Amino acid sequence: MNPLNHWRGALAALSLAGLAGLSQAQEIYIPIISKGFQHQFWQAVKSGADQAAKDLKVRVSFEGPETEQQVDKQLDMLSAALAKKPRAIGLAALDSKAAIPLLRRAQQAGIPVIAFDSGVDSDIPLTTAQTDSKAAAALAADKMAEKIGGAGQVAVIGHDQTSTTGTGRRDGFVERIKSRYPNIQVVDVQYGGGDHLKSAEIAKTLVQAHPQLKGIFGTNEGSAIGAGRGIREAKKTGVVIIGFDSGKAQKDMIRDGTIAGAITQNPVGIGYRTVEAAVKAIKGEKLPKIIDTGFYYYDKSNMGDPKIAAVLYD
Amino acid sequence: MTSHPASNWSAQARQMLLAMASLLALVLVFSLLKPEAFMTTDNLIGVLQSTTVIGVLAIASTFVIVTGGIDLSVGVLMTFCAVTGGVVMAEWRAPLWLGVPATIGTGALCGALSGLAITRLRVPPFIATLGMMMLLKGLSLIITRTKPIYFSDVEGFDQIALGSWIETWLPSLPLPNGVLIFAAVAVISAVVLRKTVLGRYALAIGSNEEAVRLSGVNVSRWKVLIYGFAGGICGVAGLLIASRLNSAQPALGQGYELDAIAAVVIGGTSLSGGVGSLLGTVIGAFIMSVLINGLRILSVAQEWQMVLTGAIIILAVYTDKLRRQQD
Repeated sequence: MNPLNHWRGALAALSLAGLAGLSQAQEIYIPIISKGFQHQFWQAVKSGADQAAKDLKVRVSFEGPETEQQVDKQLDMLSAALAKKPRAIGLAALDSKAAIPLLRRAQQAGIPVIAFDSGVDSDIPLTTAQTDSKAAAALAADKMAEKIGGAGQVAVIGHDQTSTTGTGRRDGFVERIKSRYPNIQVVDVQYGGGDHLKSAEIAKTLVQAHPQLKGIFGTNEGSAIGAGRGIREAKKTGVVIIGFDSGKAQKDMIRDGTIAGAITQNPVGIGYRTVEAAVKAIKGEKLPKIIDTGFYYYDKSNMGDPKIAAVLYD
Repeated sequence: MTSHPASNWSAQARQMLLAMASLLALVLVFSLLKPEAFMTTDNLIGVLQSTTVIGVLAIASTFVIVTGGIDLSVGVLMTFCAVTGGVVMAEWRAPLWLGVPATIGTGALCGALSGLAITRLRVPPFIATLGMMMLLKGLSLIITRTKPIYFSDVEGFDQIALGSWIETWLPSLPLPNGVLIFAAVAVISAVVLRKTVLGRYALAIGSNEEAVRLSGVNVSRWKVLIYGFAGGICGVAGLLIASRLNSAQPALGQGYELDAIAAVVIGGTSLSGGVGSLLGTVIGAFIMSVLINGLRILSVAQEWQMVLTGAIIILAVYTDKLRRQQD
């Protein structure tokens, strides 16, 4: 028998607060450990989680480190969350390999783990609530086709060629064009690392190399803003740009018409679905390996729509 | 240290008692409020584990702070050491017995460089170590090409922080090795600060640098050695964090120097130099980690955790000042 347990027992017997704690134990508690908490994106995830907690009558807490580099602080948060013996836990791992020892502890304690935002390199999480990158990019392709009249040359400025979001968005766009729009050709795919300046240079060279270019898909915030800036600097008109995510600069470019519109993920939905999946896991319901949390297309006309405005961030 | 040694000792002893009492009070409060979560072996080990890195950095900072200096680079230096260790052990495949001293040596070297900038170039410690912090952060990102270096293939590396040597002897006490290393660093450093020339000079320089110089001591050389020693301790922190995360994360570490400095001042070490205790620093580090862990256990909103931590730092230093005035 562990000596600490004796002490704990004695303290619990002494303390009224301990009794209060026992009565609280009836309620289902689900801690959510996020990648961050100050950014607008994570605040939107939190608001979704809070909403789900209200709808499903559970209690959630939402925590994340100050920067997305503080892997050790996230582990401390996860460790404290496990100590509370929650019924389930939600995690957006900053570094999935580093989280494995703690996830094993959760598994041994029978605490279901729901991953969100990005997958964890392990089979411990029961499901992952995240944006279906391919489907989201396919919607971008549909919008592009609509804007350029179903024919002509287009190009992609990607943010990277290794991450799952980078490859997923690129492939989703290119595959949809190939399968549905035979008169549109994807003439080039270039990578700007999500960097505004690099992506702008790429956009300028693209219109040089392909004077007939009708459209560019920028696969993240930086790529889209860079594309807009490059086209503006090249003084080229009639190139349709479709972006991804939001951010102040991109929203401004959409308002002034430099960018036609963009796909936004649904951070509120990510938070909501994570808590919902956790509750299902507690009830022992079966969960799909991936939960698509949805996405929207937005442009000048619907940016003010409350449903859209709620998921856009500056 | 203007008072004479005997009364000074009692002042220090009282200070220790107060710090210790604050820590125990915190532990008691959290155990009463949430015994079923706070007072569990897993959680207490989690608290110890989360104190190791900041605690070791705070020990390094103590040596610099007692000289009247400051080292803003400790957090980033820790990361730089972890990255160097990653290059040596994970990329060059050097064995542990070579990689570990190389990691610590890198820290000592960088610390000594800060010391040189302060003594030879006469750049104030705040600026010299601020520059070092930026420089090392950049170098870490360059060396790793901004991607973490994983130690997955380095046999035994994760055991440095996560393994439990004690558990093999005493299965009911799965204390991670990282905690033992933290304890060893604390004990060795306390001996160095109290019993060796390096420690005595560090305190004396912080108390009255001019007097030390006039008595014929080469202050510049000793400062370089003190910053180098502190840097070496940052190297140990680098090993601990890399082992815990099983990776060297190049962008991590900035801001950790402030947590370390907070732990040092809560522990009663004066930022104006000359007075300091490593036991105080260790207790200070535990006060910070117990507080954060306890607030998390109580599910206090993160914003309020920050507010409370900030208030407690100010309160701790204020009570310390009050007591000093009475002495």
